[in-house]
Amino acid sequence: MAKYILKRLFYVIPTMFIISIVVFVTIQLPPGDYVTQMIESMRNQTGGTTWSPEFEAAMRDRYGLNEPMPVQYSKWIGNIILHGDFGYSFQNSEPSQRIIWDRMGMTLVVSLSAFVFTWMIALPIGVLSAVKQYSLADYFFSFLGFIGLATPGFLIALVLMFLAFKYGNVSLSGLFSQEFENAPWSFERVLDLIKHLWIPMIIIGVAGTAGLIRIMRANLLDELHKPYVETARAKGLPEWKLLIKYPLRAAMNPFVSTIGWSLPALIAGEAIVSIVLNLPTTGPVLLNSLLQQDMFVAAGFLMLLSLLTIIGTLISDLLLAWLDPRIQYS
Amino acid sequence: MANEVLRSAVPQTATLEDVDDAPRIVVASQWQLMWWKFRKHRLAMVSLVIIVAMYIVAVGAGFFAPQAVDTYSRRYTQAPPMTIHWFDNGQFAPFVYGYDQETDPRTYARIYTIDEEKKIPLGFFVRGDEYQIGLHGIPISPINQLAFTLDIHFFGPLEQGDPFYIFGTDDIGRDGFSRLIYASQVSLSVGLVGVFLSLVLGIILGALSGLLGGIVDNIIQRTIEILRSIPDIPLWMALATAVPPRWDPIYVYFGITVILSLIGWTGMARVVRGKFLALREEDFIVAAELDGVSRRRIILRHMIPSFMSHIIASVTLAIPGMILAETALSFLGLGLRPPIVSWGVMLQDAMNIATINNMPWLLIPGAAVVITVLTFNYLGDGLRDAADPYHT
Repeated sequence: MAKYILKRLFYVIPTMFIISIVVFVTIQLPPGDYVTQMIESMRNQTGGTTWSPEFEAAMRDRYGLNEPMPVQYSKWIGNIILHGDFGYSFQNSEPSQRIIWDRMGMTLVVSLSAFVFTWMIALPIGVLSAVKQYSLADYFFSFLGFIGLATPGFLIALVLMFLAFKYGNVSLSGLFSQEFENAPWSFERVLDLIKHLWIPMIIIGVAGTAGLIRIMRANLLDELHKPYVETARAKGLPEWKLLIKYPLRAAMNPFVSTIGWSLPALIAGEAIVSIVLNLPTTGPVLLNSLLQQDMFVAAGFLMLLSLLTIIGTLISDLLLAWLDPRIQYS
Repeated sequence: MANEVLRSAVPQTATLEDVDDAPRIVVASQWQLMWWKFRKHRLAMVSLVIIVAMYIVAVGAGFFAPQAVDTYSRRYTQAPPMTIHWFDNGQFAPFVYGYDQETDPRTYARIYTIDEEKKIPLGFFVRGDEYQIGLHGIPISPINQLAFTLDIHFFGPLEQGDPFYIFGTDDIGRDGFSRLIYASQVSLSVGLVGVFLSLVLGIILGALSGLLGGIVDNIIQRTIEILRSIPDIPLWMALATAVPPRWDPIYVYFGITVILSLIGWTGMARVVRGKFLALREEDFIVAAELDGVSRRRIILRHMIPSFMSHIIASVTLAIPGMILAETALSFLGLGLRPPIVSWGVMLQDAMNIATINNMPWLLIPGAAVVITVLTFNYLGDGLRDAADPYHT
């Protein structure tokens, strides 16, 4: 088991290495760079004045944008590994990591709470739908699940924002009330966060919940008709005890292995919902940095979001190995 | 070979079906059996009908939309949706009530009130804006040159130019309903084109992976894992910024589609690889190999037909993902851009709460997305169940 854990941990390194290359190349893809972007916005603002070519070259030199891509890449990745330095944010004129870490923390809070939400909802409903197959509740939740699967998160966010604004006269955007927005962390601020957190939590969680309910239902249905369940029932085991003790445990396994793919989906969904709701998470800043070609900020976000999903997959694999003794660690 | 599988499956199928059906089942082809099974899935059948109808409307957008895509009216900006009244004094004579408008002295917003005096008669096959039979959202010039011009519309006001806005109008007075129909051309085709591209990539790489095995398989599988571990929407966002804004709309369209399929192929490749691996061990493949059938023939004649149905089912289930992704990207302003209209581009107008509050009808394209994705999901589910007609 220890060997298996070590091996899985070790796999993270080459994976992250390749992801870092993919991310860096992707970020370099747009035509031009931050300096072209800057000159363009300068021209738009002042109505035609441009910088001298010398100044332009000097700017590129300063930001190291003239060097060939492999050199830029190795500098960038080297600084991240050695100093935790994610490069310079051109737009904000400060180190990227300051922006990145701040936002990543909130992303983690929102995504994890959405994750907990999906499990808390999906597990009981999935069990109910399986045990009471073809009942009214089963049909109702299946239909609701399909709708949840088909509705993009940002659309739910827009509709909820509209309804809340129109009928409750409240604004759903943000994660904090105004007075706490820039306040230092305190107990009241945490309470305020919890008060605001549930809206994005539900919106982001809905799509994942629908998928999980279907998986749970299907798995449990497979188990419920197996002979060992009949045997246990024949022995006179109470129905609820029988359910929890055997079929549910067996049906949980594929459920756990879905953490691996439900986490990337949650984080991806979070990115776009947070733009609509204007949350202080990665989404809005990522979008802005991509549009402004603030490449190091964008690259840093993509790297860390990927790392988050890889860790999620790792946890789900390890959890699965621990839960299911039938799995071979070779 | 397929017959062998069929024969062995007959007894178990026959017990389920009506006994009278048994002879029919024995002689039925694989596809016939699938159709019979698919037909039983009510929701999938309904979905199929809706999807076919949507594509027919999309292809004939010019005919079905009451207005052209860029027709605007300065008199009717931000007009709310109208309700169609089908009967007038007990007789079938569809009409809508006209609007009275005044300007809010404080906000300068237009306030529309229904004027029951003004009746705008409607009818089928009326004359209106000219359009060409061809693709409209995407200007492909060679196709448009072949097109011919018409001005007959399926349904609309009898008098050309009368206001008729069942889904309201936007900021510059364009008809939401007409734009929704034109946008469906793009939104519905992005899914198909994108899935086709990912299918080609997925089949080639998945087949290589499943057939060759060893190091090729390893490399392809690791690539898939790595691609899948990057959250898709942020990656799409990053890739979409690489599409230059000054490109011709048609290139932007294909650029975005290629980006969507760059990640989409991974799912397809997995399905194909799994099928190849499973089939390699099947008796009929081994038998063919022992008979000395060439490898190419085994793949083309025996393997691909036997998993084609599964591929069709997974393709159908992959389309909604593409449609959702295009909508999300365009909504953020990273995907398709005007003058292309897609549902995502239309939703972009509804980005902030003040606008939605003034014009909630701008969210209607969202409903179109939901219905499309929902029906594709049901259809895919039905196809997946039907894909294996020998499985009870």
